[in-house]
Amino acid sequence: MKARSMGVCGVLVAGLILGLAGCKKKSEAPPIKVGAIFSVTGPASFLGAPEEKTAKMLCETINQSGGINGRKIELIVKDSGGKSENAVSLAKQLIDEDKVLAIIGPSTSGETMAIKNICQEGKTILISCAAAETIVNPVASYVFKTPQKDSDAAKYIFKAMKQKGISKVGVITSNDGFGMAGKAQIAKLAPDEGITVVISETYDKQEADLTGVLTKLKGQNVQAVINWSIVPAQALVAKNMKQIGLDVPLYQSHGFGNIKYVQAGGAAANGTVFPCGRLLVAESLATDHPQKALLVKYKGDYEGKFKEDVSTFGGHAYDAILILAEAIKKAGSTDRDKVRDALENLKGVVGTAGIFNFSAQDHGGLTMDAFEMLTVKDGKFAVYKN
Amino acid sequence: MNLAQIIQYCLSGITVGSIYAIVAIGFNIIYNTTGIINFAQGEFLIVGAMMAVSLTKVVPLPVAIGLAVVITTVLGGLVEVVFIRRVRDASVLRLIVITIGVSILIREAMLHIWDEKVRSLPYFTGTDVSTISVMGAHMSPQVLWVLGVSAVIVTGLTLFFRFTLIGRAMRACADDRMAARLCGINDRWMVTLSFMLSAGIGAIAGCVISPVTQTQYDMGAPLAIKGFTVAILGGLGNSIAAIAAGLILGLLEVLMMSQFQAAYKEAVSIVVLLLILVFRPSGLFARRDVSSLRAF
Amino acid sequence: MGGRRYIPLIAAALLIVAGQPVLWAIGRPYYMTQITMSAYYALVVIGLCLLMGYAGQVSLGHAGFFAVGGYTSAVLTTCNLLARQNEFPIRWFRWLGLLVERQDLYGQAMLCFSPWAAFVVAMLLAGLIGFSIGLPVIRLKGHYLAMATLGFGLIIYRIVQGAPVFGQADGISNVPPFELFAGLEVNGRPPYRVQNYYIAWVAVLAAMLLAINLVQSRVGRALRSIHQNEEAAHSLGVNTFQYKLSTFVLSAVFAAVGGALLTHYNGSIGPSEVTVMKSVRYVSIVAVGGMANLWGALVMGIVLNFLSLRGVFGTYDDAVFGVILIVIMLFAPQGLLRMPTLRGISTLFSRRSYG
Repeated sequence: MKARSMGVCGVLVAGLILGLAGCKKKSEAPPIKVGAIFSVTGPASFLGAPEEKTAKMLCETINQSGGINGRKIELIVKDSGGKSENAVSLAKQLIDEDKVLAIIGPSTSGETMAIKNICQEGKTILISCAAAETIVNPVASYVFKTPQKDSDAAKYIFKAMKQKGISKVGVITSNDGFGMAGKAQIAKLAPDEGITVVISETYDKQEADLTGVLTKLKGQNVQAVINWSIVPAQALVAKNMKQIGLDVPLYQSHGFGNIKYVQAGGAAANGTVFPCGRLLVAESLATDHPQKALLVKYKGDYEGKFKEDVSTFGGHAYDAILILAEAIKKAGSTDRDKVRDALENLKGVVGTAGIFNFSAQDHGGLTMDAFEMLTVKDGKFAVYKN
Repeated sequence: MNLAQIIQYCLSGITVGSIYAIVAIGFNIIYNTTGIINFAQGEFLIVGAMMAVSLTKVVPLPVAIGLAVVITTVLGGLVEVVFIRRVRDASVLRLIVITIGVSILIREAMLHIWDEKVRSLPYFTGTDVSTISVMGAHMSPQVLWVLGVSAVIVTGLTLFFRFTLIGRAMRACADDRMAARLCGINDRWMVTLSFMLSAGIGAIAGCVISPVTQTQYDMGAPLAIKGFTVAILGGLGNSIAAIAAGLILGLLEVLMMSQFQAAYKEAVSIVVLLLILVFRPSGLFARRDVSSLRAF
Repeated sequence: MGGRRYIPLIAAALLIVAGQPVLWAIGRPYYMTQITMSAYYALVVIGLCLLMGYAGQVSLGHAGFFAVGGYTSAVLTTCNLLARQNEFPIRWFRWLGLLVERQDLYGQAMLCFSPWAAFVVAMLLAGLIGFSIGLPVIRLKGHYLAMATLGFGLIIYRIVQGAPVFGQADGISNVPPFELFAGLEVNGRPPYRVQNYYIAWVAVLAAMLLAINLVQSRVGRALRSIHQNEEAAHSLGVNTFQYKLSTFVLSAVFAAVGGALLTHYNGSIGPSEVTVMKSVRYVSIVAVGGMANLWGALVMGIVLNFLSLRGVFGTYDDAVFGVILIVIMLFAPQGLLRMPTLRGISTLFSRRSYG
């Protein structure tokens, strides 16, 4: 009897040990490979640098809380330097060699367009942080983008102008992709909103002094100035306008989304009006606003970790990773087509730029409500109340 | 276009023109003493401004600018000693290539030390919105600073080269290096000094224009190209002509912009450069008998 | 003696052919992508080496010719002439077989120039522009020539960045593949990877063949004499101007071919290909390889561009080329392969090139 019970015990113990050993041997699930191409250096570094930092920070946070469906994200970040041929080479690397599930970025529209076909044919999900309409129109099934629409920004500006009774405007834009896209949207939408663009000029993005161009606008007696550009021109426009005595309202684009630009403009930046995501006024949002919690957390984490002011551009990368993570969760797997389908059908995802609702025709996910009209008061961002 | 507008345009043109002229003068100083075109000239402006911006956090503005100028001057000397002096077989190609390499190095170093953000010094007098009125045209007081500092630099340099011993020694090196050496002038130190001087005035210029144009790590190269255009336009080596040439180019750009699309403004300086090189490489103000190109 | 000059070429060809199975063996077949891209950049470098090393003319704007080739191909093969198909010149082009009907990615019908037509136009245009620029500029010396070529590069940059037809800051994308013949295509898609590896190398070896023959011919000797001492050469009856101009035009066409082929391979081109930094990169590669060393320039071009395209240099990409420029110019002005320690290896290649 004893021998038999001992034998049974032995078997049980052996089974237990084997079972435990088997449990220990079961390694962690392989990580989810996600690629990212950002312009960390080069002429678009004001976009790529915060995007890279944000992407890494968010992936770390996700991994610390256990990853997605129990799997960690492995983020492979590449710096394209703002060059489209580098973007092409790096995209091919990520797709062919690292076999990533998705690519986040690139930061500029030119680079995105260069790799749009490559990602589509490589069945790799591309979630771009660039704003051009052509990225999602015509729609390519694997290609998405997270920034708001330039056309919505333009419409928002025109609506605010109409409320103030402005009808004649002067437009100045920089000659990079962002500026040219804005110029096109303004020209297209102004007549519908009853605004006349009296004069529209382009300046070089590295222009050192804008008094000349603004003098030209002044001579046309415009009632307001729209400036569509990025650094450093934005602050320069504000200052030069005041200096040459062009005392009309200044409307900027959503490229104005960093407190540093306000600081660069100094006293001249006060009164600038521009449409933007709500990230910059996170604290002043109503407590029950759906975006508030996320925005405050992102702002706090970013500024705490990197000791620099948050910018809306970094938010585009945040949103990209966020919606990818949501899609993977929803799909319950990392099968490309399943994740893509899940991504295309995401609704009501709260991000930094707004609330995303994707569909088969709309791979941008944002509408005009993503914008809030902001202004600068006493050197700080505030919601614009007319 | 009324008078006020014309004056406004002229002011705009003169402001940028004087900036180009200062860069051109920096080129000329080095060229005169060594025959080298220093492609890294534009970077000195930016280094000076960046350093001043960082220093203003700890010391008051004038001290910050002074310190930044001193450090940049030393940097200029270092550049010469470390990179240029070693080049024994001084073929033009090698020197061009080295100074290009130096300018890239300095720019990338600035990127990694200071990052890509745009910075600017505070306005010397007044704020970002203060404006003064001249005959109906408005401008920032900083513009007067730019013009004033440029004038001071030019006068100072003229006096330096004409009346001080070192200045005359540098001119002697420019004229005939071997003869200067025979007179007991240490020509190698004159070369270093010319680099230091160019770097110094570059830093001063960079600081004075920083409130107006702001400062970003990659602004050096475009400035250098325009500065070189102006230097050639006036005649390489001729600093007084460089001032005139700078003002001409500045006004020409503004003229183009007021009559045509502002988008073509950048093309003006390149077209001017190509035209001058093709038709009159010795510059607008060169005397006919000295118009043959310097033999390299 | 005539045949020995081709030994390096044959050796290179063997190396390239062997390269493919080796890459498969080490599990890195995808390196062929970056090698192919580097090979097209090498075409620019070979031309520039002829110009700088043999004719002794510096060019800080060669990326401009690359852009002329690339953008011409891109514009002609993506401009949709369907709406104007009944207008006079378009009908004639069609009749001549220069146009091709195709569908773009989204199913829209398009009528564009055929890649072959665009390629020929690109080469001719580059040659023409090279001639027109070279005519006034070649007679300049030293710094003046450098700045003139820099100015040329800048003008091209401004044009492609500013004109809507060139896509402005976003460049041109959706460039179709280039069907060569017999089913071979210049195409960046994965199934064509091996094919394109060989196509690129055939182009490069053909260019090298042309360059080596040039260098060892009368023209090459004339060029070298010009480089050594232009006045002496002139006094011996060498038409220095003509030789320098021809080399300039030839190097322009090489660069344009590289540009056109790479544009078809990538399927896109942008203004980032025409920056001053790009031109400086080409110069630094020629300098590192040894100014008058065609093989050195080729090897360095492949190695450096390969590493750069793979992102190995990270955020220090530009800095690397700057450092290379300085270090080489200070310590090894005859190029890396001519440093005394490496002399032995290099004589195998360089000795014969002086025939």
